[in-house]
Amino acid sequence: MITITNLVKTYGSGAKATTALNGIDLEIAKGEIFGIIGHSGAGKSTLIRCINMLERPTSGSIRIGETDMTKLGKTQLQQQRRRIGMIFQHFNLLSSATVYDNIAFPLKLVRTPRAQIDKKVNQLLELVGLTEHAKKYPAQLSGGQKQRVGIARALATDPDVLLCDEATSALDPQTTDSILRLLLDINRKLGLTIVLITHEMHVIQSICDRVAVIQGGVIVEQGPVIDVFLKPQQPVTRDFINRESENAEALDDAICAPHAESARTVKVTFIGDLTYQSIMSQTVKETGVDFAILQGTISRIKETPYGQLIVRFEGDAANIRRTLERLVEQRLEVEEIEA
Amino acid sequence: MNKGLDFSQVNWEEFGKATVATLQMLGYSSLFTLILGLPIGIILFLTARSSSAGARTVYAILAFIVNLLRSVPFIILIIALLPFTKFIVDTQIGVRGMIPPLVIGAAPFFARLVETSLREVDKGVIEAAQSMGASTNQIVFRVILPEALPGLLAGFTITVITLISYTAMSGLVGGGGLGYLAVSYGYNRYETSVMLVALVIIVIMVQIIQMVGDRLVAHFTRR
Repeated sequence: MITITNLVKTYGSGAKATTALNGIDLEIAKGEIFGIIGHSGAGKSTLIRCINMLERPTSGSIRIGETDMTKLGKTQLQQQRRRIGMIFQHFNLLSSATVYDNIAFPLKLVRTPRAQIDKKVNQLLELVGLTEHAKKYPAQLSGGQKQRVGIARALATDPDVLLCDEATSALDPQTTDSILRLLLDINRKLGLTIVLITHEMHVIQSICDRVAVIQGGVIVEQGPVIDVFLKPQQPVTRDFINRESENAEALDDAICAPHAESARTVKVTFIGDLTYQSIMSQTVKETGVDFAILQGTISRIKETPYGQLIVRFEGDAANIRRTLERLVEQRLEVEEIEA
Repeated sequence: MNKGLDFSQVNWEEFGKATVATLQMLGYSSLFTLILGLPIGIILFLTARSSSAGARTVYAILAFIVNLLRSVPFIILIIALLPFTKFIVDTQIGVRGMIPPLVIGAAPFFARLVETSLREVDKGVIEAAQSMGASTNQIVFRVILPEALPGLLAGFTITVITLISYTAMSGLVGGGGLGYLAVSYGYNRYETSVMLVALVIIVIMVQIIQMVGDRLVAHFTRR
């Protein structure tokens, strides 16, 4: 759907030049929700704005379907942009227009007949749950409602792609969740490809299928969210994940706590249906070892349940080894942690 | 020297005519100031933020002319423009003779106010319109002007009030209206009461225009 090849964006020239993006390659599939996470200044905002040419890349190409965005003339670009919806951190609604007129705006740009506009806007108002607010002005709405207007406006021209530029960063946690649910809902109902950028792992975890981690203008890690989340390879990725749980230090203390020489500390990961089964207790019953849970999470990534426990097994060394083998046989992932 | 305030000297019929003349000067000059100043303001706004060298040259030239006209005191501008005025309206005095200098004096001022209020429009909203495939024309007429409307109305109100003081000044050099009455009777003939009445009428005009302007601004402000 979207293919980004060797994308470079440099601001300024000569000695003062700064490189925002330094050779980005990404492949985003049709119908998926693709998340890009990075700290501020990592280049994520520049990257998403290059997709619809709000920023002109210095070099490289961006193909959406068959169209190379970097090679379009002014008019062609305007046409192509109607196939790409975009929502913003600060909503960017017309303060002088009502909710209804804001949503109708992209349709009026292409001189859609009034009856058709009316039908479409009413559908969208219903989709985002703002039917009774149609005549209000943006200043009369809450942040979450404003973003719903933004989403409805972005969908008015039936785009194939929706770009979300920090769409939930200005919202409180509850409103963030309701907006994320709406995005997921739209993705399912309309088969829309969604590209979002964020600095919150929570957003990625809630709705994304795949994620790319950007740092210093390059993608340092990417893959299905569940893989990146449970087995982060890069320090920056671990940092994002730990920031969410804020328990890395607590774990260090737990691992260093006094324990028997033969004890072994492991990270056990359950994915999918395994999460809710009593595999651990059955296994230790069989092998006769004890265990202490040092830290643990049972949660979901998008719709997939997962569990991750840091466990210290204690007892006879051979039995511990057998326990670990049994866990692996039952499709749990086991990774030993050095004390 | 001071005859005291004797309102029997005041010729009310003459005041009626003078008020109408002032309102005519004000009405026409406001209209033409709007017609001339608004596009210049839009061009200043668009060319100032453009990345093309050609556009920035246009900005530099236009900004220079605007600054030049704004730095000439109005009373001198009237005199300097006499030949031009003669050419445009075929007279240099009266209501008609004052309209060209009034417009040339006020339009650059209004254009700068327009430019400033257009700059106040949220860049994010303009960017959102770009992302929806809006052309530059559509962005100007459907986004920037509607969003800037309260600021434009406030700027226009200030401009009209400035024009009132200009019309009064024009009384010194052959313009008609209240300014002429105030100068020729009030100043030259020491008829203080005439000057006072002219002043009161002008103050009332300013108050009414400011009030109407404020009401309009409030009506169109949606923030």
